[in-house]
Amino acid sequence: MIAHALFFYFFSIIAILSAIMVIVSRNTVHAVFFLILDFISIASLFILIGAEFLGMMMIIVYVGAVAVLFLFVVMLLNVSEQKLSWFRGSRKTKHIPIGLAVGAVILLELIVVVGGWKYRDTFSETKFLNFEKDFTNTHAIGNVMYTEYIHLFQISGLILLLSMIGAIVLTYRKREGVKRQNYFTQVGREREDSIKLVEVESGKGINLDD
Amino acid sequence: MIEIGLGHYLTFGAIIFSIGTLGIFLNRKNVIVILMSVELILLAVNINLVSFSIYLQDITGQIFTMLILTVAAAEAAIGLAIIVSYYRNRGSVRVEEINEMKG
Repeated sequence: MIAHALFFYFFSIIAILSAIMVIVSRNTVHAVFFLILDFISIASLFILIGAEFLGMMMIIVYVGAVAVLFLFVVMLLNVSEQKLSWFRGSRKTKHIPIGLAVGAVILLELIVVVGGWKYRDTFSETKFLNFEKDFTNTHAIGNVMYTEYIHLFQISGLILLLSMIGAIVLTYRKREGVKRQNYFTQVGREREDSIKLVEVESGKGINLDD
Repeated sequence: MIEIGLGHYLTFGAIIFSIGTLGIFLNRKNVIVILMSVELILLAVNINLVSFSIYLQDITGQIFTMLILTVAAAEAAIGLAIIVSYYRNRGSVRVEEINEMKG
């Protein structure tokens, strides 16, 4: 129990500090690095709590794909160094106190909800589906995901396909002056367009360059 | 303090969620940091779902966490594509200069 508490506080403090650093760091590249640290700490928390498969999946998907995508775009766009200081725009705005107040109220409300929340007496004794003790976590997820939630699984595949198509459509740029193969003109070519039969009189020859 | 229960994980998720919303409110720098804040918010939701799933002994929460993971990846791809095409047109992704719609 003490080990659980120690690891929980260790990972959660690292996660909270790095989340703060994500939103306050001046350099966007550093923000992405702290985002990666945040993902890894929270994945460790998932593994600690007993959801091993999701923890590993978080590391693969978030750190391996999403954070690298962020880093790639940040370095591609050359926006890493911002000249102006922390949160401050070039115009005078009053968004900082209002934003801080609204954020504090949101945190307060969430803490009140969590602190005042109670189990119904029979809540945790209710039998839910497919959480068997002798299965591993991956086995349990796979047991449910491909049977009960097969439609959601397929829809999430469609979402990924849609986002792939959307990203390609958004960033595609037609370039001028690039020779490329055009299948329709290639296949739709007629014999009359390309071949001309010429009567050549003997002894005179013919001039084709007219 | 020593006994870690559901409340600790929920409080942790609430703190991460609030940091994400603060990142959206306070940001004047670039849109990419706002996208990262959205990722933080989705992560807080994932923490809630996973901790409820473990403490109520129900695997469904972890399935939904995986679906949220999918949606977050799709959202990051689309958002970054929008940012890249915007930067190509305007040469800047500063939040205060994005005012075509006068929002």
